[in-house]
Amino acid sequence: MDLASERPAAELKIRRGGPGGPVQYEHFTFIFEDGQSVLDALRWIRGNRDATLAVRYSCINANACKECVMRIDGRTGYACTTPLRSGEMLIEPLPNKRLIRDLVTDTLPPDERLT
Amino acid sequence: MSQYLETDVLIIGAGGAGMYAAIAAAEAGARVLLLDKSLIGRSGATVMAQMTVAAAIGEEEPDDWRFHLKDTIAAGRGLVNEPLARILCETGPDRIWQMEEWGVGWARKGNHITQAHAPGHDRKRCVYVDFLNTGPASARILRNQVRRHDTIRRISDLFVTDLVTQDGRAAGAVALHLETGQAVTIAAKATVIATGGLTSMYSRNSASANMGGDGFALGLRAGAELIDMEFVQFFPIGHLAPRLIGMDPIMWDPFRYKLGGRLLNGDMQEFTQNYGAPEDGKYVVTRDAATYAIVKEVAAGRGSPHGGAWLSFEHIPDEDLRAAFGPVIDRLAAAGIDLTKMPIEVYPIAHYHMGGLRVDDSLATSIANLFAAGEAVGGANGANRLSGNAITEAFVFGELAGRSAAAIAPNAAGMDIRDAAAPFLATLEGASGRPGQGPSPTAAIAALQTILQQDVGPFRTAESLNRAIAGITALTAALPDMPTGTQAAFNQQLADWFGLRNMLLVARSIATAALARTESRGAHQREDYPGLDEAWTYNQVLRLQGGEIQLARGEVRRLAPEEA
Repeated sequence: MDLASERPAAELKIRRGGPGGPVQYEHFTFIFEDGQSVLDALRWIRGNRDATLAVRYSCINANACKECVMRIDGRTGYACTTPLRSGEMLIEPLPNKRLIRDLVTDTLPPDERLT
Repeated sequence: MSQYLETDVLIIGAGGAGMYAAIAAAEAGARVLLLDKSLIGRSGATVMAQMTVAAAIGEEEPDDWRFHLKDTIAAGRGLVNEPLARILCETGPDRIWQMEEWGVGWARKGNHITQAHAPGHDRKRCVYVDFLNTGPASARILRNQVRRHDTIRRISDLFVTDLVTQDGRAAGAVALHLETGQAVTIAAKATVIATGGLTSMYSRNSASANMGGDGFALGLRAGAELIDMEFVQFFPIGHLAPRLIGMDPIMWDPFRYKLGGRLLNGDMQEFTQNYGAPEDGKYVVTRDAATYAIVKEVAAGRGSPHGGAWLSFEHIPDEDLRAAFGPVIDRLAAAGIDLTKMPIEVYPIAHYHMGGLRVDDSLATSIANLFAAGEAVGGANGANRLSGNAITEAFVFGELAGRSAAAIAPNAAGMDIRDAAAPFLATLEGASGRPGQGPSPTAAIAALQTILQQDVGPFRTAESLNRAIAGITALTAALPDMPTGTQAAFNQQLADWFGLRNMLLVARSIATAALARTESRGAHQREDYPGLDEAWTYNQVLRLQGGEIQLARGEVRRLAPEEA
């Protein structure tokens, strides 16, 4: 018996691309265990499906760095503290910040930028 | 397109040590450039610290830095660089009071700061910010202080790929700007490496993703020496399951300290006594013995469902749990964890690196104009770090490194490093934009983490270390052809490539030093060489020569009796 088929699957619909390009979404399926977060799925995608996915994170689990803020199912939240659930989850960059690429937006204080 | 920046003092890494260095250098009159490959003051280890910061401030009971030093030297199992440890212990109180003045808010009871008695200390010595808020509070205060200085320029998302040396001196760096993919050259009169440790190189770690040992690789390639690289500290009861978010995985340390708890195997039986370390529901077993017992019990097939040990607080009344940890109990409940009804699973987790850049008492490395600060410094903790010393060393060594770097800057010539930087810019350009189908550097980092976890973990043998070195060699050979992606903006695959390049060199350093040390001491336990061997009471010094790691012996630096 395939144990994986017994476990819940999140269908992540992720907005891809940079500023000015066409709006496009890509779908990834992630089989998860209870308690796993959206960031767990995004990191798994980077390591196993598509390393070009851009997503900002640092502390991974402690919700100390606050870097992984994004739009999840239309609401602003942290990928590291949002639990995965079965079915489709819509993952997008913050709408009110300048888009850099994929899920990364310009969240830096203005005086911490290079230019 | 490449940018060219100039500064007096370049600080690489903006955690606790880097921010403290920036403040000290600016107060000494230097222009400072403070960089982080992630966000200023939000990445690294400091922001994740939960509780204890050791300093002999004598608020809870009479204390003296000499007592703290004695405990630090004892914990380090014969290898502590005593002059460095003295700096740590003697000036720790100054930093704790300065942080208090800046408003960090150390926990208080009545008219004094509270100090906890952490394992290995002879008295109550560790200050903290409630509840489990030491790191976030410290990082916030330091960010505020950094912002008060107009002479500190902060740049986030800037990943230093190589140091630049000129005439045998550190003269700046080449960096990748993640947002744009642009190369940046930075000319600096003095450079401080404050990149923290290396524990994210292990698959089970308590670090943020950016603690990949960058500073050690940058230093080695620039010609600096490393010391004690074989000593990686594992914390025995890191959180394993159920999955718990928003908490540091070493959170059970304060829980066990305050509440005891029972460590059980998969059959719900106490087991540490079978490895010569009975605990009887108290938190008394040392980190190395507890790690040994858990690893062996799991290997014998008696682990918990996720391959660890059970830790149970089920016998502790709810009111006692709440009295000790207040809102943390509610956060656990929100995650579906009721400690009165269920045990949790734990397993050893890579936590801290004792080794690092070899420095003198001004924190200067063996390369002129290059300094180190914080966890990147090797030697002050010998073969095993005393609990509570890590944040203290971030503050103390940060302040000292910033001051030392600012002191030499006026006398150092401002050099044009464009020619010296050219080969490193070429490396950056050569690695960029490489399409390809092979395994990505992102996946290769995971493979390297598995190698280190399995074969260079808390227990090693010649066989496991040689197997690790072979794996590291294979990944190193594959590195030049690994794809880096063609996106210019926020190309993490390219950043991972440079991160992996650093990790492979640092992993080889750890494994090489661990293979050579044929004894067991502190955090380095050789199953094929059990027990401490007095003949090995010296430090191993590493340098890079012709692309190969060279090992040499270094005398342990001692204090004269009247200095301690």
